[in-house]
Amino acid sequence: MVDQLPQWAALAPVLALAATGLLLLLIDAIKPSARSNTSMAVTSALGALVSLALTVWFVVAGTGHEDTGGAIYLFADAIKVDTMALFFTAIFASVTALVVVAAHDYFHDHESPAEFYSLVLFSATGMALLAVANSLAVVFVALEMVSLPSYALVGFLKKNRGSVEASLKYFLVGAVSSAIFVFGISLVYAATGSLILSDVAEGIETVDGLAGVAGAGIVMMIGGVAFKTASVPFHFWAPEAYEGAPAPVSAYLSSASKAAGFVVAFRVFTEAFPIGASISAGIDWVLAFGILAVVTMTLGNFAAAVQENVKRMLAYSSVGHAGYALIGLAAISAGGSSNDAVMGAAMAHLLVYGFMNTGAFLFVAMAERWGVGRTFADYAGLAKRAPIACVAMAVFMFSLAGLPPFAGFFSKYFLFMGAIDNGFVWLAAVGAINSVISLYYYSRIVKAMFLDDPSSESALDAVDVRPTGLYGAVIFAAVATVLLLPGFGPVIETAEAAAAALF
Amino acid sequence: MIIEALIGFTFVAALLVLLAPNEWAGRLAFALSLVPFVGSLYLWWGFEAGGNALTGGAIAFESRIEWLEIGGRSVSWFVGLDGISLPLVVLTTFLVPLAIVSAWTPIDTRQSQFYGLMLFMEANLLGVFMALDFFLWFIFWEAVLVPMYFLIGVWGGPRRKYAAIKFFVYTNAASLVMFIGFMALVFGLGDSVSSFGLPEITQALAAGELGMWFGIPPETLAMAAFLAMFFGFAVKVPIVPVHTWLPDAHVEAPTPVSVMLAGVLLKMGTYALLRYNFTMLPDQASLLAIPIAVIAVISVIYGAMLALAQKDLKRIVAYSSVSSMGYVILGLVVFTEYGVGGATFQMVAHGLISGLMFMAVGVVYNATHTRMVDDMAGMADRMPIAVGILVAGAFAYMGLPLMAGFAGEFFIFVGAFGADAALPYAPVFTALAMFGIVIVAGYLLSAMQKTLFGPFRLETDYEVGPAPFHDVAPLGVLLAAIIVLGVAPDLFFEMIRDAALPVVEGVSVDG
Repeated sequence: MVDQLPQWAALAPVLALAATGLLLLLIDAIKPSARSNTSMAVTSALGALVSLALTVWFVVAGTGHEDTGGAIYLFADAIKVDTMALFFTAIFASVTALVVVAAHDYFHDHESPAEFYSLVLFSATGMALLAVANSLAVVFVALEMVSLPSYALVGFLKKNRGSVEASLKYFLVGAVSSAIFVFGISLVYAATGSLILSDVAEGIETVDGLAGVAGAGIVMMIGGVAFKTASVPFHFWAPEAYEGAPAPVSAYLSSASKAAGFVVAFRVFTEAFPIGASISAGIDWVLAFGILAVVTMTLGNFAAAVQENVKRMLAYSSVGHAGYALIGLAAISAGGSSNDAVMGAAMAHLLVYGFMNTGAFLFVAMAERWGVGRTFADYAGLAKRAPIACVAMAVFMFSLAGLPPFAGFFSKYFLFMGAIDNGFVWLAAVGAINSVISLYYYSRIVKAMFLDDPSSESALDAVDVRPTGLYGAVIFAAVATVLLLPGFGPVIETAEAAAAALF
Repeated sequence: MIIEALIGFTFVAALLVLLAPNEWAGRLAFALSLVPFVGSLYLWWGFEAGGNALTGGAIAFESRIEWLEIGGRSVSWFVGLDGISLPLVVLTTFLVPLAIVSAWTPIDTRQSQFYGLMLFMEANLLGVFMALDFFLWFIFWEAVLVPMYFLIGVWGGPRRKYAAIKFFVYTNAASLVMFIGFMALVFGLGDSVSSFGLPEITQALAAGELGMWFGIPPETLAMAAFLAMFFGFAVKVPIVPVHTWLPDAHVEAPTPVSVMLAGVLLKMGTYALLRYNFTMLPDQASLLAIPIAVIAVISVIYGAMLALAQKDLKRIVAYSSVSSMGYVILGLVVFTEYGVGGATFQMVAHGLISGLMFMAVGVVYNATHTRMVDDMAGMADRMPIAVGILVAGAFAYMGLPLMAGFAGEFFIFVGAFGADAALPYAPVFTALAMFGIVIVAGYLLSAMQKTLFGPFRLETDYEVGPAPFHDVAPLGVLLAAIIVLGVAPDLFFEMIRDAALPVVEGVSVDG
């Protein structure tokens, strides 16, 4: 059925997100009375689910897959729809759906929640566009389209000083890194004479005298990617922004926005700067990512281990996970036999991460909704009052740590095995050691919730509120985290096929 | 399909109990847990297998479904039974209903969660003993830890948090080391295996397919893998000196959890040692025979000495488990029919006997609220039936003939005494290990004499009367099973021997 559709229909998942965003604005503008929190949340959730359904349908039908005629190019090659784009769009749409459902309860007493939903949807549109970008110009525009609504979202609680401060920090670091990124693009353009990724790749092969210019450009682009994925050295904004932002926004940024950074990194670096050509031009970006990966995961983990605030711990753990996913770029080599395996594993890890990390932040959102406090100690004894939600949180924590009965085990395992198969034993070893360390701080939450006693009898009285949407989103994410273990086969196959098309 | 149904039912039962109201969660859990027991009896009744599942024997109730592929090797849902795993499956499904009944008295908060976790643990334990694919096995293996962590940490004694976390950290770190060791083997096998199926890996190793990996020669690789896996499983068993988590976990755990911990969880370690170390890498095992036998004998003697020094009845039983597990290791390392077979038999026998002992101590504790030897005397006056069974259990522990413990230890000693071929100085090691029985008798008899006999005396203010029927009934059932297995060890030993022989024959004894 898919092959009877016109070419541009391949963009349907992106368009669905954009149309939903516009529809929300429309409702807001022409019928303010209808813009209740609930109707907005339902509309945006439906929009995200439609986009997800289209994506899954296209993946199953093989749109953009080699077997059905290869990637679909649109708008003078500026857009390229392939399996990888669809795979990441699925991540963005799932996270968006979870976040808007949860936000319905989180913003239950906010005076004008309507903007929230349209901002999220526009940001999601930017991410989906990023996934299909085949030109550095589109990459930059889409990246800004992701970032600008994000700044507003972080500061959405405008009367909350923490939220506003986080927004300002995020914006300042973001603006600087955007400038660096676009300057990098301009240098690459100067050296290679094109913005289309495949043409840039040809330019790199004959770059000779301009290798220095191209190299400087690539380093700057790495900086831009590091910002978006919250990797060292541009990770400073992440703990601040995640901690200050409303928790659903933290969930959104740390899962979807991070995955968006990785889709850029995976596509641009493998397609525009082929490893062999780059290395012979003296630009070894693989090594750069290797160093970044090691530093990022180690720093993220050790910083997470010393936190007392749960949200901040999750923020640093999110930095650590950026380091794991960076292995997808760091453990590849020219002609490496397992390039597709390791990058596919990184993609699959981002998908699993999309559920387990979003779920964890949404649990924090629930705790904020209850008003039980922010530190580990404040979570003491929660399981006595809210056993089901706490079981879900335990699932997220164990899965993030990579313990076997959950999907996080397989995604990490595939990642490290891919690295070993490709000859990067040291990367896998650092990753594995970091994983073990991470169990310490993840299990602290579980211990607090289940084993510790609350500080006082009345400390948890607020927990008797049962926010339906938040509960639903958290439990759905937990079920997905568990079911992705038996269902990991199709995920990793799709991801590996998507990655294979890049090399 | 019967295995899938069994595991699947147990998971569903766990979920049902989790959602049931606290008032009758215990009854419901008991009723539901009888179904897997009946199911395992059906497995026993319809059991038709020959040889060892790993070395190419016929696998009973085999079922294999492709799951996914990792780096060219397939992972599948691959389950089945042979003469080594079936007795342990029956042991598990037999102990769980009894443990659940023994929990009716002591567990008085959050019952539905407690019984739900017990059944969840049972489902995973069944998976551990039935899985024949490494990944599947590893997932079940690790999934056992999570319910255990909560069972100790939520319902345990005063130092429960410390005990739960120590248990979790020890066993998780051990699992990681073991996992890395096994993966090194798989990488060393390279393209000669196309799946993570344990039979295929075992046979490839036996065929000498292990190659160089990253410049490490095959012999070194196999030895490193053996050591890593041995360490990983030794923590679980546990063997001295990595046993220190066990007394803490046992003392803090509530009675039914101790029963499961001693009865089944420790057997995971010895079962895995037999499956992985001794079946897959027999050459390395015979190279290291003397050090392993030394560790085994130290476990026997040192564990018994530690038990001798304890004042807490539960600690006494806990340390004597360390001692009993030493016999199992000794039985494995000698590579004889009776040694390996006896070790497997001893796993089941010790599962029943230590289960009985923990349960009996628990019944006494329910009435007296103390477990300290010095705090009580003359309990036999007040709770004659429970104490009678406790004494019988203690004699089973000491290896009284016609009880299961005697059969297990006797097989091991017979198998070990003449095993000079695989283990130099085998008679010396055996004699030293046998001396452990004397110490066992020493501490059990003295503890028994102080607490159970003489004039009644109790340091607490509780009224002590005969234990309720549902406390004593599981003790009686366990004692009956111990005697049945002691009188007719062939119920299990025949199939165990059948599965143990290929392991023994696989080893090349060159002096």
